[in-house]
Amino acid sequence: MRREIAVVAFAQTRHSGADEGLAEIEMLAPVITEIKERTGLARFGFTCSGSCDYLAGAPFSFVSALDAIGAWPPISESHVEMDAAWALYEAWVKLLHGDIDTALVYGFGKSSQGNLRSILTQQLDPYHLAPLGIDSVSLAALQARAYMERSGVKEDDLRAVAARSRASGRGNPFALHLPEPGADEEYDVAPLRPYDVAPITDGAAAIVLAAGDRARELCERPAWITGIDHRGEPHAPGVRDLTRSEATRLAGERAGEKAGAAGVEVAELHAQFSHEELILREALGLGDDVRVNPSGGALSANPMMAAGLIRIGEAAARIHDGSASRTLGHASSGPCLQQNLVCVLSEETGASHG
Amino acid sequence: MGDRCAIIGVGQTAYRTRRLDVSMPGLLREAARRALDDAGLTWKDIDAVVVGKAPDLFEGVMMPETFLADALGAAGKPLMRVHTAGSVGGSTAIVAAGLIQGGVHDRVLTVAWEKQSESNATWALTVNSPFTTSLVVGAGGYFAPHIRAYMRRAGAPDHIGTLVAVKDRRNALRNEYAHLKIPGISREMVESTPMLWEPIRYLETCPSSDGACAMVLASEDAAKRAPSRPAWVHGTSMRSEPMMFAGRDSVSPQGGKDAAADVYRQAGITDPRSELDCAEVYVPFSWYEPMWLENLGFCGENEGWKLTEAGATAMDGDIPWNPSGGVLSSNPIGASGMIRFAEAALQVRGQAGDHQVDGARRALGHAYGGGAQFFAMWIVGSDKP
Repeated sequence: MRREIAVVAFAQTRHSGADEGLAEIEMLAPVITEIKERTGLARFGFTCSGSCDYLAGAPFSFVSALDAIGAWPPISESHVEMDAAWALYEAWVKLLHGDIDTALVYGFGKSSQGNLRSILTQQLDPYHLAPLGIDSVSLAALQARAYMERSGVKEDDLRAVAARSRASGRGNPFALHLPEPGADEEYDVAPLRPYDVAPITDGAAAIVLAAGDRARELCERPAWITGIDHRGEPHAPGVRDLTRSEATRLAGERAGEKAGAAGVEVAELHAQFSHEELILREALGLGDDVRVNPSGGALSANPMMAAGLIRIGEAAARIHDGSASRTLGHASSGPCLQQNLVCVLSEETGASHG
Repeated sequence: MGDRCAIIGVGQTAYRTRRLDVSMPGLLREAARRALDDAGLTWKDIDAVVVGKAPDLFEGVMMPETFLADALGAAGKPLMRVHTAGSVGGSTAIVAAGLIQGGVHDRVLTVAWEKQSESNATWALTVNSPFTTSLVVGAGGYFAPHIRAYMRRAGAPDHIGTLVAVKDRRNALRNEYAHLKIPGISREMVESTPMLWEPIRYLETCPSSDGACAMVLASEDAAKRAPSRPAWVHGTSMRSEPMMFAGRDSVSPQGGKDAAADVYRQAGITDPRSELDCAEVYVPFSWYEPMWLENLGFCGENEGWKLTEAGATAMDGDIPWNPSGGVLSSNPIGASGMIRFAEAALQVRGQAGDHQVDGARRALGHAYGGGAQFFAMWIVGSDKP
């Protein structure tokens, strides 16, 4: 029987669509302060973060973050060069060992400082793919076209996803408040129009995990992690079926079947393009009765390296506030949904499965 | 500490200034295949892959593990990427071990690497942020003042660094994978090389290498089927502290002391010098041997240089440090920590070849990074913990 582990607190910045003149650490520090105050914890058994040097344009972008969290006396700490959802996974594994009872997880990113879509080109295979100069939106457009051809989904269906996400986002004080998609917006990269593409966003987020009775002390309604798993796919777009997210299906199965994902009421999906939400819904077998991205999702605020963690945070918050009893958070990394993480949360305790 | 974790496979590439014969995927596969062969496993047997490396700017590829996923057989599997500065090779091994200790997986492949010939590491480490001015060039520029502070407060004579450089380079002559092999290396030779950052001479610094190191970690059950003797994890620890604040002891950082105390406690060690049989410690500049001897509790304060001078850390000393030749002889930065961890495992498995410490049963693997502010350590043993 595995240890019971829960999300007991979640905090995020009021995300910004443009550079507000704050350094990453200035963006992050208030979030860390808030989550420490909310939990009453000044020290954690383990700390893990996610960030990316290429967004900062300098090596070791995570190092100065230690100043924001107050790492003195020295702390037990690690970092992933991935979305902070994977930092949460690392912290969850650490809590399973049974030596510690609490963990702080955070992620931050400032996409406004550079040209994100060309920066993401540097993430592609440097021998065969990056030299073509294809950027992240163009790759996503290829995926969208392939998906639409297979599924029969039309551009209006993509627009409906964007419209619903933006409407929800306008009800979320932390998201960007973006207008109703225009009827005559030109293509960004066909078939994607500007509203189908997640906005450039600066922001940070933090989560506190706790085990067993410690979680019950720290939170009235802990969001218990009943299942969590992540899976990857090959990198090259040509060698996988871009119209399906096999990695999400696998992770969902592993995180969900044992945990009973069938009863999920709310799903927060890290869809950075409208069509990705449809692919992810299919991969996870989510029916029409599941509320998807009530926060507005990444289409309403997409702070890189934090947006996946925010999906888990938002899914947990729906349990914290009593509006749902079983939720799902999803995070993605790499081009065209290459890597995917699924976390199932419940108001009821249950041993954590991975 | 959770479930028991065994190291059942170790693989290393040849470390060279430029590995022009292999691509990045080719470099990683060379190490990974050797680790799998050592463990008697194939790619299919692996449940998850954990990759580590230092800044992506070294190769100019952002989050390169996404494109390396295919080469590492990670399709359909969990793949993670760790980055904790110079300590990352050690941290990566600890994250991978954590998956076994948490009971999540039975067989985990972990690989740490750097292909520094793709860029110039010294300048990649000298980037100015828009808000601060870099006062130093490269890591040597940063660490030289700390070494001078150590020499002053410990009253260490000038030649101690030279002794470490000669000792580690001699050890490297017996390591088939080592990068720098300098036959006839002597004090005179080291002292004749140019002063780079006072008091660090050219032959007292680490090289810039291409290379990868891999391990297969296994649960107790999976280790039963391993073809050769496993090493067992007796303790792991990581500590971090901010780089700069008033009152910080950057010569003997608290994070290093705390991580050592933590890992010794887990392994039941009270006197590391007598209870450990050897240590692979991250010494990128020669003077860091006496400094870490003190920080890791192998002797009292200001006594480290005396151990080095007396030959205690040599192959025939009572506590050999860096039998492999250490970071001074091979330094693919992201891999350097994992090489320390893997060499410690090889020693207690009795598989360190010509640089084997006779009868080694317990060994320390150590890595540090950033401004001597990130620490990762493990202790491995030939017996189950």
